[in-house]
Amino acid sequence: MIRAHVLCCGGTGCTSSGSPKIQSAFQAEIEKNGLADEIKVVQTGCFGLCALGPVVIVYPDGTFYSNVTVDDVAEIVSEHLLKGRVVERLVYNETNDDHAAEHASLNDTTFYKSQMRVALRNCGVINPESIEEYIAMDGYAALGKVLTEMTPDEVIQTILDSGLRGRGGAGFPTGMKWKFASGNRGNVQKYVCCNADEGDLGAFMDRSVLEGDPHALIEAMAIAGYAIGADQGYVYVRAEYPIAVQRLQIAIDQAREYGLLGKDIFGTGFNFDLDIRLGAGAFVCGEETALMTSIEGKRGEPRPRPPFPAVKGLFGKPTVLNNVETYANIPRIILLGADWFKSIGTEKSKGTKVFALGGKIRNTGLVEVPMGTTLRHIIEEIGGGIPNGKKFKAAQTGGPSGGCIPAHLIDTPIDYDNLLEIGSMMGSGGLIVMDEDNCMVDIARFFLDFTVDESCGKCTPCRVGTKRLLEILDKIISGNGEMEDLDRLEELSNYIKSASLCGLGQTAPNPVLSTLRYFREEYIAHIVDKKCPAGVCKKLVQFTIDAEKCIGCGMCAKNCPASAIVRTDYVAPGHKLASFKIDSSKCVKCGACLPTCKFKAISKG
Amino acid sequence: MKSLAELAAIREKMKDKVVLREGTTNTRIVVGMATCGIAAGARPVLNAFVEGVDKEGLNDSVTVTQTGCIGICQYEPVVEIFQPGKEKVTYVKMTVEKAEKVLKEHIKGGKVVEEYTIASAKKA
Repeated sequence: MIRAHVLCCGGTGCTSSGSPKIQSAFQAEIEKNGLADEIKVVQTGCFGLCALGPVVIVYPDGTFYSNVTVDDVAEIVSEHLLKGRVVERLVYNETNDDHAAEHASLNDTTFYKSQMRVALRNCGVINPESIEEYIAMDGYAALGKVLTEMTPDEVIQTILDSGLRGRGGAGFPTGMKWKFASGNRGNVQKYVCCNADEGDLGAFMDRSVLEGDPHALIEAMAIAGYAIGADQGYVYVRAEYPIAVQRLQIAIDQAREYGLLGKDIFGTGFNFDLDIRLGAGAFVCGEETALMTSIEGKRGEPRPRPPFPAVKGLFGKPTVLNNVETYANIPRIILLGADWFKSIGTEKSKGTKVFALGGKIRNTGLVEVPMGTTLRHIIEEIGGGIPNGKKFKAAQTGGPSGGCIPAHLIDTPIDYDNLLEIGSMMGSGGLIVMDEDNCMVDIARFFLDFTVDESCGKCTPCRVGTKRLLEILDKIISGNGEMEDLDRLEELSNYIKSASLCGLGQTAPNPVLSTLRYFREEYIAHIVDKKCPAGVCKKLVQFTIDAEKCIGCGMCAKNCPASAIVRTDYVAPGHKLASFKIDSSKCVKCGACLPTCKFKAISKG
Repeated sequence: MKSLAELAAIREKMKDKVVLREGTTNTRIVVGMATCGIAAGARPVLNAFVEGVDKEGLNDSVTVTQTGCIGICQYEPVVEIFQPGKEKVTYVKMTVEKAEKVLKEHIKGGKVVEEYTIASAKKA
């Protein structure tokens, strides 16, 4: 009889920090202690606190251990599992006080309590490689319900009523997409596709669903198939997600074995099957028409819309294409009803949204909150704030297509429309936090560098335009900018936005435009003062040694990798040794000298 | 899968195996499992509770868990029952037989087995 479960995270984050070894160590240690009949070790998907991985959760108490190593396993088994004493030093302690054991249970932490997990409901809870555990969590009940109790039109109406909008970026109403593709059921070949080509920098919620709850996607795609009258689905997932691909394949095989994919599902005569198509990781293949072109076996390039995929999609047939997170919401909406879903969120953005927290934030990882939650709540409460006492400067949402939210807008309730209004976009939910050490011109350059690389080259505004934008930014950060460059940036950005063929080009200038909007003074500092206020842009940073403060110890010179620091002849009054100076022609601006000087004689500016 | 009944059967079969992770139960049975408790025989008592709860089909509402030393080693094995809105009940010098009785009368029947509580042990 099993009395406790040890859940080991098997998401990509924890796997790369060694969770498979920890899992097998638990198995071995539990057997050694003769507890194999009482305690079960389960591999789960991502729980979201990736910064603290590898994580282990012990149920029924819900004790949350973070940063576990193989060496800790024996102690957890003998202390916690055998004797019932929580190993306090490993318990996740968000307040850093001395009462870790008092809030040892995961359910009591702010990180968990402030969330509402709909799309991620099973991630970190069930074993993703067990279809039976998914079924135990009401899995496939929604599919059963639509096939036996609802007409396809009723399914579409429910999704329409729920107000669900696409979670991949643009926020198009999912029900509308389905409705557009629903005509002429039974007479035309149709397809259901899933966009799992997650490409936004820093976003990994789709991977997490595939790794942690792959059956939710299968069930939702089958529901979509029933709604529009399709019998074949494709999941387009990038080959860079090996664990996700492997678990999804296992899940598809299991679903086939249980008759939840294939012919005559639930004896209703409905047929649906699913296949995986691997992408090679091109960002443009996240654009729907390019994605379908790639599934067709051609080079992944977008094509003009209209015709929209609902009319002429994959192989020229009507196709519904949704994002992984969008699909993950579907079974819940079917089971709990459109009204339930509608009750969460804001007026025009219903339900929850998963955000991938990254950058300068304590709890990097995945969180799911109701739409309309403020940025402040996500960053300060759930994300644990900004480390090292630094000040919040901006948050970047929507990846290379999005923009920055400056500090004075931190109380904006986050939903699709508010984000567009302030010049950013939801995107897939990547949320990169920046502090005072980040240079906004450099950030804009970083994202643009990415889009220049990823532009497929089919249309000129995107291929050439983004390259020219990047050149102007390079000019500014190297100290050669002119004020007219700001007008050029804006003008060119607007051309690229209005003339590009697909979403990649249409949104590529957003990081430039939004940083210009909110951080224009930083651009001006680069251009007029030839200074980078955050001290990031190397060409604008100078390291200098104050000869009066320098005691001539030579620590900086010893640590300089470029041998750019040399002794002078000058001995400052009161000092015994001659001071040092930095040869700016040799200096690589690495900053290695700064921490070596105990006398604060070196300054950066 | 040919029918909804088949799906429901799997769900029922598996439900007990994952309910442990939901953390939504009302009653908590906590067994003291420090060295003193284990030496005094807490292990079979814990197992008796785990098996009994399952046998009675109480997995949805009752969690059996363990804790360290409560500090009353002479009374081990100690078992505490926590229920919302009720005062904690501490049973002492537990055995498998006593566990079965507590499960039947207290957990299922709602009546505290006074004779096993620490209050009556102190009186004796």
